Amino acid sequence: MTTLLATERIKLFTTRSPWWSAFLALGLTIGFAALVGLNHNGGPLTVEHSQFGMQFGLMVVSVMAALAITTEYRFATIRATFQAVPKRTSVLVAKTAVVAVLAAVIGEVAAFGSWVTTYAIDGGPEMAITTGADWRMVAGVGLVYAIASVISVAVGTLVRQSAGAISILLIWPLLVENLVQLIPGIGDDIHDWMPFTVAGRFLNGTGPDAPMGPWASLAYFAGVAAVLLVASLVVANKRDA
Amino acid sequence: MTLLAVERIKLFTTRSPWWCTLIALVLTIGFGALMAGTSDEAIAPLNVAATQFGYGFGLVVVMVMATLAITTEYRFSTIRATFLAVPNRPSTLVAKATVVAVLAAVVGEIAAFGSWGIAGAIKPNVDLAINTAYEWRAVAGVGLVYALSAVVAVAVGVLIRHSAGAIAVLLIWNQLVEPLVQLIPRVGDDIHKWMPFNIANKLVTGNPDPTTRDVLQGPPPSDAVLGPWPAIGVFAAFAAVLLGIAIVVANRRDA
Amino acid sequence: MIEAVGLTKSYGKTLAVDNLSFSVPTGRVTGFLGPNGAGKSTTMRMILGLDTPTGGSALIDGKRYRDLHQPLRTVGALLDAKWVHPNRSARAHLQWLARSNKLPAKRVDEVLEIVGLTAVAGKRAGGFSLGMSQRLGIAAALLGDPQVLLFDEPVNGLDPEGILWIRKFMHRLAEEGRTVFVSSHLLSEMALTAQELVVIGRGKLISQSSTEDFVAQATENTVLVRGPQLGHLRTALGQAGASVRDEGAGLVVSGMDCADIGELAARTQTVLHELSPQRGSLEEAFMQLTGDSVEYHTEIADAPTPATLVPAGK
Repeated sequence: MTTLLATERIKLFTTRSPWWSAFLALGLTIGFAALVGLNHNGGPLTVEHSQFGMQFGLMVVSVMAALAITTEYRFATIRATFQAVPKRTSVLVAKTAVVAVLAAVIGEVAAFGSWVTTYAIDGGPEMAITTGADWRMVAGVGLVYAIASVISVAVGTLVRQSAGAISILLIWPLLVENLVQLIPGIGDDIHDWMPFTVAGRFLNGTGPDAPMGPWASLAYFAGVAAVLLVASLVVANKRDA
Repeated sequence: MTLLAVERIKLFTTRSPWWCTLIALVLTIGFGALMAGTSDEAIAPLNVAATQFGYGFGLVVVMVMATLAITTEYRFSTIRATFLAVPNRPSTLVAKATVVAVLAAVVGEIAAFGSWGIAGAIKPNVDLAINTAYEWRAVAGVGLVYALSAVVAVAVGVLIRHSAGAIAVLLIWNQLVEPLVQLIPRVGDDIHKWMPFNIANKLVTGNPDPTTRDVLQGPPPSDAVLGPWPAIGVFAAFAAVLLGIAIVVANRRDA
Repeated sequence: MIEAVGLTKSYGKTLAVDNLSFSVPTGRVTGFLGPNGAGKSTTMRMILGLDTPTGGSALIDGKRYRDLHQPLRTVGALLDAKWVHPNRSARAHLQWLARSNKLPAKRVDEVLEIVGLTAVAGKRAGGFSLGMSQRLGIAAALLGDPQVLLFDEPVNGLDPEGILWIRKFMHRLAEEGRTVFVSSHLLSEMALTAQELVVIGRGKLISQSSTEDFVAQATENTVLVRGPQLGHLRTALGQAGASVRDEGAGLVVSGMDCADIGELAARTQTVLHELSPQRGSLEEAFMQLTGDSVEYHTEIADAPTPATLVPAGK
């Protein structure tokens, strides 16, 4: 497995898209933190303010993770890959792991970078990371990015096309999850179980109506990712490369 | 005219426009049906605006379709064949934008009236007559917004040339940047009022005269300061400028 | 040794490969010949475990490809030179491949040297010409120093220099005692490269034999007869049961060998200027065998004189 991890690491970092994505994700998150910090008035800056750009970074990381697999299909290097290592499950798990680790690192750097930026602008006591909720809000970003990237790789494997995978991965959290709660009657109940909504509750607190606590929320999000990953593995094994 | 025919043939001889059209219609009309079916006089009464609940879904799908119409030309290098056949690049790109916009408009109108019609069929007792100017804009305006958004998408596609990049930019802009920008303290609201898609939405959701509705029903109301028609004019100008930039770039660039 | 047994692949109702059985002997160059669309690439993908056969199996040294441990050490393959990420350097492409099969990193530089790409190893593979891409593909195939090598249409689209290079390369691999399985739709190319031939058409096996036997069996052997006065001989040949047609000033005789024709000429007192056996060309043999199984007939291919053998392209 270490061999496969090293293989996938080489593959990921010898193309340009992960570098661009990391750069963009950090620029957006930290940039928005600075923008919010500088324009803030009325009340002290809080930890929550510093994480304003979290969702931007999340979308960029999702795109990066999806491209990590869809470009393999796009350029048919997936065939070279499966030719070199016919155990497709191991290959895809290794790829997912490498992408998830990168996503986690980007998430942590983005979150703490944003926090440091706002802290430098106005470091009051509200900016201190003290409670468990504070820690989840900042340090949790890496976990959410990592799990989201697993979902992206799984969707990318299933769809195989960059355009389709990215459309799904952006439209789902940005549009479907939000609009679904507007359906009269049942909307709110469905919304409570939408994966990215649940992941958001892990970061930003669960509120009174949430069906799960923060860590259960994260576990649920991870469960969704695991199910998608398994589905993609089954399909990739059955399908002609 | 020839160029329009050429672009029409190109567009309809690939599968993605058909798929996108189908998805856009299913989503919008499906959500219209869902809203009608689950509506309740007491809590969430049905009205004309609420039938257009799926407007946002249709918009993003149409933009994806419009983007792919040009990025797949770069992807498969058919753009070179295109420029070989018709070296006048501005005319070609304008023709493509036109054809895509017309398709987007048709999809928009079918989606809007389809959603409205299915809602009426599900709840025949609810008064869904389109009477006021607002109600007309809320339904018939959808096609116009889709068409102009398609032009924006084609322009972005020409500039970026990669499906993944162009789609990511358009969707993240439309769905994330515009809504989130208003959360920036102090200046956020003022910036948001001038965001292009927010302005475009003014046509469909602006000035809700007598039919007061729940804010959450139907597409969320735009807070643009312009009136509905000036707003769509500004959005059209925005689309035209983007297309102009795209044409200049495509003209200078090696195909 | 590659062995295909009852290999079948269907896409919906279309049978791309139909109950195909053949074996590729160890230590020789075996050509895999068939017109475009005959199912050569699909067969190769099934041998390499990329596509799952609908029926039958393909084994390499008795094992399915997917069961090979570190397969690049056993089998090297070049199916399509463009299966490379355009923004990755040639060296990086080989590096990840090497790493995946635990091959030493220095092997990357060795194969780059072998194919002559050392100078451009750091360049984007997307900017490579077809010839360079082909070399990179061969470098990838050689990475694990495998005993079995598969190439799909390796000379397609190459310039004469590139073709010559590939041809020499194949011979070198064979001299090293490796098993080489190479597909082509160009019989003339195969005649120069392959000792054995597996010929397919429309997914079905047409023949498996040595290249010589294939040509001997498939071509109609004729004798060319030239002379100033052939009228009597012509009649005599007809009476003896041979079939004769005119070609220019001479006759082309089939169904009778040189010795019999010579004796007949002596008996009819015919002066001969030439009496020579005509070996059928490879192209003729190929056309004769696969004539019914070309998927897309063209006007040119249907013409009586197959000067241009196969439509260009893959």
